[in-house]
Amino acid sequence: MPEAPTFAQPDPSALLLPFAGSRREIAEYEANGGYDSLRKSLGMTSEQIVDEMIASNIRGRGGAGFPAGKKASFLAQGVDRYLVVNGDESEPGTFKDREIILRNPHMLIEGIIIYLWMIRGAGAYIYIRGEYAKEAAILEGAIAQAREKGYIGSPLPGTDYVANVYVHRGAGAYICGEETALLSSLNGERGQPTAKPPFPAVSGAFKKPTLLNNVETVATVPIILGMGGAAYAGVGTEQSTGTKMFSLSGHARHTGNYEMPLSATYRDLIEGKGGGVPEGRTLKAFVPGGSSMPILMPNQLDTGLAFEAVVAAGSMAGSGAVIVVDDRTCMVRFALRTAEFYMHESCGKCTPCREGTRWIAELLRKQEMGLGTLEEIDLLLDICNRVEGNCLCVLGDACAMPVRSHINNFRHEFEEHCRLGRCSCPDDAPMSELYPPLLKAPLPMVAH
Amino acid sequence: MSDTLYDEIQREIAKYPDRRSAILPALRHAQEHYGWLSPEALEAVADGLDLPPARCLAVASFYDMFFLQPVGEHVVEVCTNLSCAMIGADRLLREFERELDVKAPGTSADGKITLRCVECMGGCGWGPVVSVDEDYEEHFQIEDVAPLLERLRSTSRPSESHA
Ligand SMILES: Cc1cc2nc3c(=O)[nH]c(=O)nc-3n(C[C@H](O)[C@H](O)[C@H](O)COP(=O)(O)O)c2cc1C
Ligand code: SF4
Ligand code: FES
Repeated sequence: MPEAPTFAQPDPSALLLPFAGSRREIAEYEANGGYDSLRKSLGMTSEQIVDEMIASNIRGRGGAGFPAGKKASFLAQGVDRYLVVNGDESEPGTFKDREIILRNPHMLIEGIIIYLWMIRGAGAYIYIRGEYAKEAAILEGAIAQAREKGYIGSPLPGTDYVANVYVHRGAGAYICGEETALLSSLNGERGQPTAKPPFPAVSGAFKKPTLLNNVETVATVPIILGMGGAAYAGVGTEQSTGTKMFSLSGHARHTGNYEMPLSATYRDLIEGKGGGVPEGRTLKAFVPGGSSMPILMPNQLDTGLAFEAVVAAGSMAGSGAVIVVDDRTCMVRFALRTAEFYMHESCGKCTPCREGTRWIAELLRKQEMGLGTLEEIDLLLDICNRVEGNCLCVLGDACAMPVRSHINNFRHEFEEHCRLGRCSCPDDAPMSELYPPLLKAPLPMVAH
Repeated sequence: MSDTLYDEIQREIAKYPDRRSAILPALRHAQEHYGWLSPEALEAVADGLDLPPARCLAVASFYDMFFLQPVGEHVVEVCTNLSCAMIGADRLLREFERELDVKAPGTSADGKITLRCVECMGGCGWGPVVSVDEDYEEHFQIEDVAPLLERLRSTSRPSESHA
């Protein structure tokens, strides 16, 4: 992996990744205080650990921002309870969990063991996206090291509780990041979402009560127990505590992952860390939290990174994937590529999503080619409105919300495509060679 | 069915309270052994898991990483999702197509290299990203296409050696 800016210099204000480079060896991790929080937690009751999580007020880092302490307190009683860690990380623009795994895998493993101890779980499964082959191997290595140290597979010091941790690799399906789809996949089914209730807290992995959290959320558990929930809550804003990983991509000068206190702003991230857009360009828009979120405009750069601040600005913080768009980007093409992804990844279970995402992508393709009409711009908005809120999971919304924001903020570009019958962007502009739709075409046979 | 694949599947089953959960790892091992999920490979998975072959096919067909058709010795995947597309992924894909004389998704005439485009691989900050036999190559430039293909044409995929 190339040296990203975040790899090169230590960041003393960071909590998850304050050091340069990586700490994959357990000796190095322990020399820096690693597994101390686990030892501390072994002297605490389950309720005390949940209380620390509640006091920290940390909100889940997977996208929805649900308070993690509250989620832990909801877990149903039962003999066999499971912890599932969501490492599916497939929302376009998101690559933060990968950096945590690559650079600080033991922090995740420690968090998992603490959480397992808290729920006296029968086992933990890390569901990691199939493409992350190297990352899965790193986790297997970290688990083996923790096993050798006696943290996994044998009774934890002073207890008769044994933690079991497994890596479960996905096989290429965005929807398996959605919690009920992930659990279907883990249970050996096709990875399709299911209706709630039953919630995972009642019936999840192997139909048992299951606590399900994002990689970053669980990796933060040792930090919270180490510094105390109240101290953690002192970082960030009142409603969005702590630091959070942000993945910066697109037309920023220094793309990569940055860990930011949630009291910072998008300007701090995009201009401060990312160096803004390259010389001679201007900022056109930015995606605040993964491609499924409505875009924000340059005059919204001072919006806070906190969950509540992004909502107030008309979007959502989502997974923390920030995509920077410069002035030479055609927003019709941008909308098209966004919609094509959700069309491809729709699991097909409900009609508004299955049909709607396809209609949106196909109408956008017509717009992009200059074959669309002004009426079809309104038709697109109408379809977005009919899809949103009418699907089993929010994948349908994930397609409708951004596309509506692209049209509402850049309607003149869509109208221009209709009027000119083509795109007026120069040939060397970003995305000027947009490829035909990525249909889920089966691979043709090999010629022999 | 080869003994080793059967054994590998049994080892995977041991990680779960329910053997059905081992279906993804079992399919992955089978694909490594057979190169793709041929009817024979799916039979082997069904046998190892004690499940109907149709169920194995139903699950396999849901996921993009399982090949239900034969593929070349090497698989090259170009990410064409948003962040990579914004910095030239589609141009890269065209260059691959030109060099290989094949349309994506497809396999070169000599059966060596399969080319396809894929969705975001989680490397957007270091794009454009190209995955070569499941290994990420980041900051991939047009000039890198020909040397990569040269290298792939002269080597066979390591994981296929035990097929
Ligand atoms: C379509 C879709 C995709 C999702 N993808 C992911 C993902 O890749 N990783 C993740 O942690 N959460 C993802 N989520 C959110 C999960 O459903 C779930 O809320 C989250 O993993 C819970 O963890 P947290 O409470 O720690 O945030 C996705 C949700 C939806 C609707
Ligand atoms: S909204 Fe889409 S992805 Fe979600 S269950 Fe319905 S069809 Fe499947
Ligand atoms: S968009 Fe290409 S790796 Fe994310």
